[in-house]
Amino acid sequence: MDLSIALNQCLSGLTRAGILFMLASGLTLIFGVARVINFAHGSLYMLAVYLSYTFLRLFGPGGVGFWLSLGAVAASLALIGGALETGLIRRVYGRDPLQQLLLTFALVYIIGDVVKFVWGITPKSVSRPPFLEGGIPVPGGSFPVYNVFVIALAAAVGAGLWLMLARSRLGWLIRAVAADIEITDALGVNVPRLLTLVFMLGGLLVGVGGAAAAPLTAGALGMDVEIVILCFIVVIIGGAGSLLGAAVAALLVGLLESFGILLLPQFAVVFIYALMAGVMIVRPWGLFGVPGRS
Amino acid sequence: MNGSASRCRRAWWLLAAVLAALPLAAPGFHLRLATEIAIMALFAMGFNLLLGYGGMLSFGHAGYYAVGAYTVAILTRKAGLPFASAFLAAPAATALVAWVTGFFCVRLRGYYFSILTLAFGQLIWGVIFKWTALTNGDDGIVGIEAPALLASPAGAYYFTLLLTGACVALLWMIVQSPFGRTLLAIRENTERTQFIGVNVNRLRLCAFVLSATFAGVAGALFAPFDGSVFPSFAFWTRSGDVVMMAILGGMHSFLGPALGAAIMLFLDHTITAYTEYWPFVLGTVLLCLVLFSPAGVTGLARTVAARRRAADRPA
Amino acid sequence: MAGALVDIAGLRKAFGGVQALSRVDLAVREGDVHALIGPNGAGKSTFFNLLTGLFPPDAGRIVFERREITALPPHRICRLGIARSFQRASIFPGLSAFENIHVAALARAGASFRLHVRAGGLAAGEAEELLATVGLGDRAGLPADSLSHGDRKRLELGIALANRPRLLLLDEPTAGMSPEETKGTMALVQRLARERGITILFTEHDMSVVFGIAQRVTVLHQGQIIADGSAEAIRENEQVQRVYLGEAGWFWE
Repeated sequence: MDLSIALNQCLSGLTRAGILFMLASGLTLIFGVARVINFAHGSLYMLAVYLSYTFLRLFGPGGVGFWLSLGAVAASLALIGGALETGLIRRVYGRDPLQQLLLTFALVYIIGDVVKFVWGITPKSVSRPPFLEGGIPVPGGSFPVYNVFVIALAAAVGAGLWLMLARSRLGWLIRAVAADIEITDALGVNVPRLLTLVFMLGGLLVGVGGAAAAPLTAGALGMDVEIVILCFIVVIIGGAGSLLGAAVAALLVGLLESFGILLLPQFAVVFIYALMAGVMIVRPWGLFGVPGRS
Repeated sequence: MNGSASRCRRAWWLLAAVLAALPLAAPGFHLRLATEIAIMALFAMGFNLLLGYGGMLSFGHAGYYAVGAYTVAILTRKAGLPFASAFLAAPAATALVAWVTGFFCVRLRGYYFSILTLAFGQLIWGVIFKWTALTNGDDGIVGIEAPALLASPAGAYYFTLLLTGACVALLWMIVQSPFGRTLLAIRENTERTQFIGVNVNRLRLCAFVLSATFAGVAGALFAPFDGSVFPSFAFWTRSGDVVMMAILGGMHSFLGPALGAAIMLFLDHTITAYTEYWPFVLGTVLLCLVLFSPAGVTGLARTVAARRRAADRPA
Repeated sequence: MAGALVDIAGLRKAFGGVQALSRVDLAVREGDVHALIGPNGAGKSTFFNLLTGLFPPDAGRIVFERREITALPPHRICRLGIARSFQRASIFPGLSAFENIHVAALARAGASFRLHVRAGGLAAGEAEELLATVGLGDRAGLPADSLSHGDRKRLELGIALANRPRLLLLDEPTAGMSPEETKGTMALVQRLARERGITILFTEHDMSVVFGIAQRVTVLHQGQIIADGSAEAIRENEQVQRVYLGEAGWFWE
């Protein structure tokens, strides 16, 4: 294979991996702490992309506008995540996991139509901010600056999350709830508030990921299910509840998708399914997951 | 006790008579709706073997429905095979696909199982959508014809009714069999079932393949009935529809899903006249069901009946 | 050991950094009522889980009736004649008491995959008889999750017996029972062992129960066997007494 093509694919795969990581980290965090599988995670991502479109039109396409929009989208999604938890998901905590799945599945339908109602059916695209336009010369061509920004952003988000979980008091509390919710509750920690916070954090991550992804992908109906499946595959491969697993798996999936496109343009997704199938047979709880936790 | 049993039987005979006589009384449109309800009822009841009896929630069942439909379509329109062979090949093809995908899915529990079925369902959709040489992709395959005898509304109705009835009888047999009992045990306590000597994964796979095959038969019935097949048959929203039918009608009753199918189709035909936001309505209904009446309509009916019986009892 | 029903050699199992079992050698004689005792965390449940195939050991061999069963899956081991009960009664909550035992009897009869016959026509008599044996005959139609704790444990015993095991593993069979229930259950277990020729290996915290019916006792402590012999010998064993007296909340009769 030509080195320049390989490099290009590698970089675009990393970009994809960055977005996937930001989304999957929220999903895996919510699962690790609240044991809830949020089917509507992809719908929230779709909401984030569409909201970016709206906020960018509001704040203007310049550099300042871009950052304002990113912040606004992240904040909005954090609020929505918290509202969903407090208003709906909280009611099905103790129940049969089937009920939780159905609830979040119902949300997929609802949010999908809300998006259709508010924004219509024509795809919405946004352009990159001017200070991130242009390309970096690499052997064989140039690689978009914006994509490098996304990769850097994902790395920063990952580092920030890790620091927060490992060093801060909030992170310590989150890990405590993830390890044993009953004991943490018995120790006097306000667990319900913490759960809401975790959902808000998940929403924040989706917001950042969606806002970052908006210039790269058009907002179109149907993107919710497309991305949620990929996110789940990342979580399955990486291991539910593991941040490191989400990072490694996102990398694997992103790169596999990019290189897979070279070999089987129409069916690159087959490689990802093959990887997932392989992991499930050899290590069903994921690369970094905990056996018995399902 | 005896009175209610014979009353029950008389109700069944009455229902059978009504169903048999329908073509004489109902105009074409209603007959077509009844046929469609029968097909969807089969789809939903087959699906419920997995959900209600096995405790496994599959979000990709539409994939198998589509495999059944497309097998008939491709074999009759592209390979020129006679309808009968195509129709017999459909459940076989579906069973094969279900066996391959199910092999991976049944090894997982709970959420993981559901997610993987969704993923495979979308994979099937993707294959149908992109393999244009075989499936015509987004254009779909049109002009599927059933043999003359089954082409008229009444003919199609009776054919569907007969096959659906046969499948329902098969389902009843499965549910009453040792296989069915063991499936219930897996639903109730999967780990314990291993420890009574049952190869749980193998039994789950069998249930999965059976459930998917019924979906494939439903698809095979739909193809000649409607005349055309499209990739959307495999899309996740179709899978969501059948989940809705089972939950709405009541997943813990044998005929609940059939009732759910009837309700859904009625709503679909009436509400879509008023709004294009049918998914929103569906999502809200599902949300309300989950929050307030997880046992669906039959569950509600049972609760009301139980309350009435309690009220009727002497104080 | 000659005449051993189960021969376990060199069993080891670690979880993460914790060595749950280190070099366990044990032989269970056919026909014995054999108790496995030890403080909490000694490794008793791990031992049972290894024996019944829930997970494979890191090292060691398990031989049952001269057949190696070390890495076999649970359902295979069960079919070979080992049945177990769980510390927290593991039953089928939504099924009736009868159905709980019936489904196990169907499994033993190899009928679990039969589609074309009515379940009620197979192994029903056997299930009814077992239900009566464990004293739940009058509660056959009740949903299992409505049964009391003691009844659930007896139901579980019935489920295990439906397998017609030659080795029965009971994990704290009398936990949570009143003294009368305990006596009744252990008398039942003893009678079954005699009448049906079942070898019993059980764990217990109640020493009166242990020395009431066990012929052999094995003591597990921090993943190792510290004593193994007849019930009388273990009772006199100084080291064992020290281990127990050192643990808070232990009584030694």
